Amino acid sequence: MTAVIDKPHLTREHALDLLKQMIRIREFEGKCAELYTQEKIRGFLHLYDGEEAVAVGVIPVLEKRDRIVATYREHGQALVRGVPMTVVLAEMYGKQEGCSRGRGGSMHLFDRASNFYGGNAIVGGGLPLAIGLALADHMQGEKIVTACFFGDGAVAEGEFHESLNLAALWGLPVLFVCENNLYAMGTALAISESETDIQRKASSYRIASEAVDGMDVVAVETAARRGVHAIRESGKPYFLECRTYRLRAHSMFDAQLYRDKAEVEAWRRKEPIVRFRGWLEASRMIHPEEVEQIYKEVAAEIAEAVAFAEAGTWEPAEELTHFTYAERAAEAEATRHD
Amino acid sequence: MTETAPSASIELTYREAVREAIRDALRRDERVFLMGEDVGRYGGCYAVTKGLLAEFGPERIRDTPLSESGFTGAGIGAAMAGMRPIVELMTVNFSLLALDQILNNAATVRHMSGNQFGVPLVIRMATGAGRQLAAQHSHSLEGWYAHIPGIKVLAPATLEDGRGMLWTALQDPDPVLIFENVMLYNMTGKLAADAGPVDIGKAAIRRPGRDISLITYGGSLWKTLEAAALLAGENIDAEVIDLRTLRPLDDATIMASVKKTRRAVIIDEGWRSGSLAAEICTRIVEQAFWDLDGPAARVCSEEVPIPYARHLEIAAIPQVPKIVTAAKAALGRT
Repeated sequence: MTAVIDKPHLTREHALDLLKQMIRIREFEGKCAELYTQEKIRGFLHLYDGEEAVAVGVIPVLEKRDRIVATYREHGQALVRGVPMTVVLAEMYGKQEGCSRGRGGSMHLFDRASNFYGGNAIVGGGLPLAIGLALADHMQGEKIVTACFFGDGAVAEGEFHESLNLAALWGLPVLFVCENNLYAMGTALAISESETDIQRKASSYRIASEAVDGMDVVAVETAARRGVHAIRESGKPYFLECRTYRLRAHSMFDAQLYRDKAEVEAWRRKEPIVRFRGWLEASRMIHPEEVEQIYKEVAAEIAEAVAFAEAGTWEPAEELTHFTYAERAAEAEATRHD
Repeated sequence: MTETAPSASIELTYREAVREAIRDALRRDERVFLMGEDVGRYGGCYAVTKGLLAEFGPERIRDTPLSESGFTGAGIGAAMAGMRPIVELMTVNFSLLALDQILNNAATVRHMSGNQFGVPLVIRMATGAGRQLAAQHSHSLEGWYAHIPGIKVLAPATLEDGRGMLWTALQDPDPVLIFENVMLYNMTGKLAADAGPVDIGKAAIRRPGRDISLITYGGSLWKTLEAAALLAGENIDAEVIDLRTLRPLDDATIMASVKKTRRAVIIDEGWRSGSLAAEICTRIVEQAFWDLDGPAARVCSEEVPIPYARHLEIAAIPQVPKIVTAAKAALGRT
C-alpha cells in the first residue's frame, strides 16, 4: 500500500481519464434515451445526467477485489467499473449477450467478474446486501471494501437505518455513498425528511461521515480516497454524502411537474462535465482537441455497443425457467456466449 | 420410520434435534454461522440455540438488533460472498418484515443476474398456532413462501428431519427456508445416535394405507397420524403422506398414493383460500382426476386471524376430529 493514498494525483493523464469516464456515461445515456424513443430499450430507463461525478469519483478509487452494490440508476457505475459498454447495452436491449443475459434490463446490471452486485430496484434494498458482503469479508479476515450506492430516497427506508446501525455495531468495511440528488422520484428531500442534512444521520450512528460537492469530480475522488483509506485502516464503515442533481427526468415517464425549469437550469450551469472541462482548459492542463478526441473515441465505443446489441440474439423462450435454481445452471452455462 | 436398536438411539426433543443440527453444521463448516434475534445470550426465543454461544462464540452465534430486513439481507450478502449463514427469524409473522429481502433479493438474484450470483442461505423460523400467542405470532405462512420460485421450502415434522434437513439445506446452492412448527419443539422421541443429513426432495409415507390418502406436513402430521389411528378403528386404512418439502412439491409420491387409494384429503394449517392445500388439490385434479373415486377435500385453518382464547384457537386450526370427519366424508361414510 502506498504511503499517501488519500490525495488524488491529478496528473494530466488522470484528469483526462476522469473527464473521459464522465463523457462516456453522458454520451452513452444520451444514446440510450434515443434508443428508448425508438423502442429498442423498454421498461424503465433511469438516466444519470448530472450525477456522473459521483460514480467517476468513487469507483476508480476501489481495487479490483472490492465490491459494489448499486441502484436502478446504475449505468454509470457499471461502465466506470469496467463492465463493457457492449454487454451493458445488450442487456438493455434484452439480448442474451447482455451482462445479465437479458434477465435484468437497465435496472439490474450484474457482473461477477468485476464484483458488481447489481442494480437493485427496491429503494434501500441494496443496503442490507452490502452489509452482508462486508460481514463475510470481515468474518473471513479480508480487507475488502464494499461500496454501496443509494439515493436520498433510501434514507427514508427502514433498511437504511437498520444497515447503518449494523455496519457501525459490527464494524463492517462499507463505504456508503449517498447520491443526494434532492428528489426521491418527485418528492423533494424537504418534503420527506425532518432532517435534510443526511450525513448527520450517519454520524448519529457513530459512522465517520462527510458531505461533498457531488458535482465536482475531484472533490468526490478526494473524499472517496479519504473514506476508502479510513475503511482499510480501521475496518469500519464510512459515509459519503455526494450532493448532486439529476438534470433529466426520473425516468422516461416523468413529466417533471414537481420542479421548476429554472431550478434545473441553475443546476445545469454547475454540471460536472462542463465544469471540470472548463477548469482543465482554463488551467491549460488539457487542450480542447484532446476533448474532441475523447468525444470521438466515445462515439466509436457507442457505435460498437449499438452494433453489438443490434447483432445480439434473443434467448429461446424454452430457456425461460433456467437459472431459477442452480440445478439447471450447468447445462445453460455451457451455452453462454461470452 | 427407521428401526433402530435401543442401544443405538437417544431420547431427545425436537428442539434438541434442531440444536444438534445447528451444532453439527457449525462444527463441520467454518463458513457456517447463525444470526438472529436473541439466538445468543438469551438462548433463542424457543430455546433452540441455548448453549451454542458458549461453544462457538459471538461471531458465529450472532445476536442481532430487531432489524429483520437488515440481518436477513445481510445473510443474503454474506452467502453471496462465500459464507454459509443460517438466519433465524423468530416467527413467520416477523419474517414479513424481511419479505423484501427474501423475495426481491434471495429468490431473484440468480435469475435476474443471468446465473452469475447464487444465494446459498438458510433461513429458519417458527410457524403455527397452539400456544395462545394470538394473531401476530401464530400464523402458518409457509404456503405463501412456497408460492415463490427461486427458494425452497422445508417443513421438518419429525426428529429425523429436524436433525437432518439443515445440513442438506446448507449444501444447497439456493436459498432454503425451514419452517419449524412451534408445537413440535417439546415433542420427544428416539433418534439414532448417528442420525445425520437427510434428503430434502421427497415426501415420506409415514403410514401406509389403502383406502384414502391424507396429505399433510409440519405440525399437522401428528394430528393426521392420530386421526389415521382412529380411522383404523373404523376399518378405514388411511395412508399418511408427510410432504416434508413444500417447494418443490413431490408430485410423484402424492400421485402414486392417490392412484392407489383413489381418495385424498389435504390437511394444511394455512388458511383455506389460496392455500398450499389448494395447490395440491389442483395438482391432483390435473394429474390424477380419472383415478379419483370422489372429490378431493381439505382441512385447513378457518379464515380468521388466529385468536387468543384457547377454545377459539383450537377451533381455528385443523384438529383430529375434523380430519376424521373429512376423511369419512370423502369415503361417503358418516
